[in-house]
Amino acid sequence: MQQLNSKIPEGPLADKWSRYKASLRLVSPANKKKLEIIVVGTGLAGASAASALGELGYKVKAFCFQDSPRRAHSVAAQGGINAAKNYKNDNDSIYRLFFDTIKGGDYRAREANVYRAAEVSNLVIDHYTALGVPFARDYGGALDTRSFGGVQVSRTFYAKGQTGQQCLLGAYSSLTRQIAKGTVKMFSRRDMLDLVIVEGKARGIITRNLVSGELERHSAHAVVLATGGYGTVFYLSTLGLGSNASAAWNAHKKGALFANPSFIQIHPTSIPVLNDYQCKLTLMSESLRNDGRVWVSKEKGDKRHPTEIPEEERDYYLERKYPAFGNLVPRDVASRAAKERCDAGYGAGDSGLSVYLDFKDAIDAHGKKAIQDKYGNLFEMYEKITGINPYNQPMRIYPAGHYTMGGLWVDYNLMTTIPGLFAIGESNFSDHGANRLGANSLMQCSGDGYFILPNTIGDYLADEIRTGKIPTDQQPFKEAEKGVEEKIQKFMAIGGRKSASSFHKRLGKIMWDHCGMRRDAEGLQKGKELLNELEEEFWKDLRIPGNDREINQELEKAFKVADFFEVGRLMCEDAIQREESCGAHFREEHQTETGEAKRDDKNFAYVAAWEYKGHREKPDMHKEPLRFEHVEIKERSYK
Amino acid sequence: MNVTLKIWRQKNAQAKGKFKTYPLQDVSPEMSVLEMLDYLNMQLIEKGDAPVAFEHDCREGICGTCGLYINGRPHGPMRNTTTCELHMRAFKDGEIIYIEPWRARAFPVLKDLIVDRSSFERIMHTAGFISINTGSAPEANSTPVSKIIADKAFDAAVCIGCGACVAACKNSSAMLYAAAKIAQYAMIPQGKVEAKERVDKMVRQMDAEGFGFCSNTYGCEFDCPKGISVDFIALMNREFFSSKVCKQKHK
Repeated sequence: MQQLNSKIPEGPLADKWSRYKASLRLVSPANKKKLEIIVVGTGLAGASAASALGELGYKVKAFCFQDSPRRAHSVAAQGGINAAKNYKNDNDSIYRLFFDTIKGGDYRAREANVYRAAEVSNLVIDHYTALGVPFARDYGGALDTRSFGGVQVSRTFYAKGQTGQQCLLGAYSSLTRQIAKGTVKMFSRRDMLDLVIVEGKARGIITRNLVSGELERHSAHAVVLATGGYGTVFYLSTLGLGSNASAAWNAHKKGALFANPSFIQIHPTSIPVLNDYQCKLTLMSESLRNDGRVWVSKEKGDKRHPTEIPEEERDYYLERKYPAFGNLVPRDVASRAAKERCDAGYGAGDSGLSVYLDFKDAIDAHGKKAIQDKYGNLFEMYEKITGINPYNQPMRIYPAGHYTMGGLWVDYNLMTTIPGLFAIGESNFSDHGANRLGANSLMQCSGDGYFILPNTIGDYLADEIRTGKIPTDQQPFKEAEKGVEEKIQKFMAIGGRKSASSFHKRLGKIMWDHCGMRRDAEGLQKGKELLNELEEEFWKDLRIPGNDREINQELEKAFKVADFFEVGRLMCEDAIQREESCGAHFREEHQTETGEAKRDDKNFAYVAAWEYKGHREKPDMHKEPLRFEHVEIKERSYK
Repeated sequence: MNVTLKIWRQKNAQAKGKFKTYPLQDVSPEMSVLEMLDYLNMQLIEKGDAPVAFEHDCREGICGTCGLYINGRPHGPMRNTTTCELHMRAFKDGEIIYIEPWRARAFPVLKDLIVDRSSFERIMHTAGFISINTGSAPEANSTPVSKIIADKAFDAAVCIGCGACVAACKNSSAMLYAAAKIAQYAMIPQGKVEAKERVDKMVRQMDAEGFGFCSNTYGCEFDCPKGISVDFIALMNREFFSSKVCKQKHK
């Protein structure tokens, strides 16, 4: 049984990080040159960490599966990045950003980590500005901010609807500079297929070169995972198609605990599924619900064109169910309500899996121009994808898997339960509780990579200065590589009839139906069984054409899908044990009389950290109790 | 709808490629071009044939991974659209659709429709950054930047690095790509410090990678999915010229 030690420092909340930082050990510049660090993933978290570590003088090896670090899915974040600058003089502060994040996470995040993320947020904005990120400015030349979901201050810095792209390109440029200097060696087009542990410490990884198909061994004194979330477990999600859980899952299988796997955010306003071969859902900014009215027909299976459905035959169900908040209920409520209507047979479109978001009343009231000024680019994007002009007829929207709050368990140093293995950004669990607030993910990724990890990793590496170079010809490397090679041969030998994607699609449907927006014990059990059945079929009927020593995209997919069966089971397991509803996790059995989420702070104010016990073996759960010393726990109410 | 696809197939970088014809039935006009290829690939895999290799990731027009040369145009017939955003309703029932990889000496084909764009990376490695270390940044509002300049820098910064500009150019010039980055940094105070050195290094690397000179046809701007203006090339040229003049002065 592993003991969880979160290493949260003592002392007042506001002083924890600065005091703790002062106590961390350092590595001298001469010794840094001798120490190697592997960073897997080059999104906002990985690129910022790799560049900051390179600047410090460590020898960094960075890995990504894309052809360039600039393509990581941080690039797709739209809205913005939060910081407690208080530029609007609206009484914002580090404490308020901390408080909003804890509350937004429905009191399931760690106080000390969240406070630290808020604390370094201002440094992040300074740094990106110096890197030339073209954030929006006002006419005096100062940085502009806007408001974002649910908070009462204006703290979101933005670059039109492309803040993620601009921040990532900023982090990419700092990474590029270190590559040019030779402190970072970049390995693109590599999939990490296993973690190597030598004498209890993370010492390297096994990768597959996606062009040549060769397996490679890479060693280092520490390994950092910045590999993002596992939202593609649903197959259809707002994530990039290459996003996957495999790196984190490999680490989990080697002993790293996985925390709160069932906490996945479902975003209510995505463009719905338009055809059977769709594999990606595109987000429409949540801000549209400010002016759009959500409705479905009052008649089941109504196939009429939306403009032909008269007013009295429309059910504005959000306004009906939540008169106080109407169309502006929080994300989780809006998502669940849409699902409920569609499941009951009232959904719009051929598939019946969408609801209308109608701007007619807003256009009538304020004029087309006003709506165009506010949402012009979103309307264009919608038209490009759907071919429908939303000025003339309502948009169709549906919820989609978006962000995983759960992830590898880390302590205050961002180190997992495997010594020398760190996890940053979306791949860890620590900052967002059961629900993430908008514009907080760019903030966390950048803070982890630029300002937190470079300090905490030094304390670990201080013990490694006498270690010397880690040879890759030792037994653990050989064994790990052999394991991967065997798995490849196992995949290639199946010789079935179906593609990896066809399994992924069915797997995603199981997860969506049984471990999605609404969950119950029976459905979750059923989900696990269905996953088991499908997994058996997968290992019997998968077909991978070609061979493994060339570009083989089907083989790449097979690795990911194989891991998702296990990830899915753990998500179900976690959702079963959490007999409460909180944030994105909604259990049918635990709701108020009016159908709202019912949290149980007495019994479930903990982080569930799971230990892998083998394929299909029941995992062990470890609890990290959450203590709230600086905020008062309250119920969220939307009525 | 039914379409006939003529797709470039090439086993690897060394092999000789050729077009292969694939009739495809029951294509939904709602499919994106990439989903149409997914649909084709699923059929190929089930038949035991090798699927068409192509690159993609975000599928929402921002990562720059996908880039196909469709009916003689980078990213196909629609303006300001990436391949992943292009839908089959842009084509007619019964149409013959030619799909090729980017064609440029500096973008060698790796397999089928996948090209190696690492030449773009190497251009950035020379100077595509502002040299500031983590922790040494001044307070963000200490340097005001005019909104007009900031917005213009943003217009240059939206480049997704897809390579359509190179594919569109008769000379396979990477000038729009390099100019977008050079201009973004040259316009703002944070980037001005190294501007001259930057333009010199990046332009040299562009030449070294085998990209051609500007063809002055504005094809790059026309086919850029983000609509980046050729005005930035003019700005780059001006910067390049002045970097030479200034160098002379220093001597």
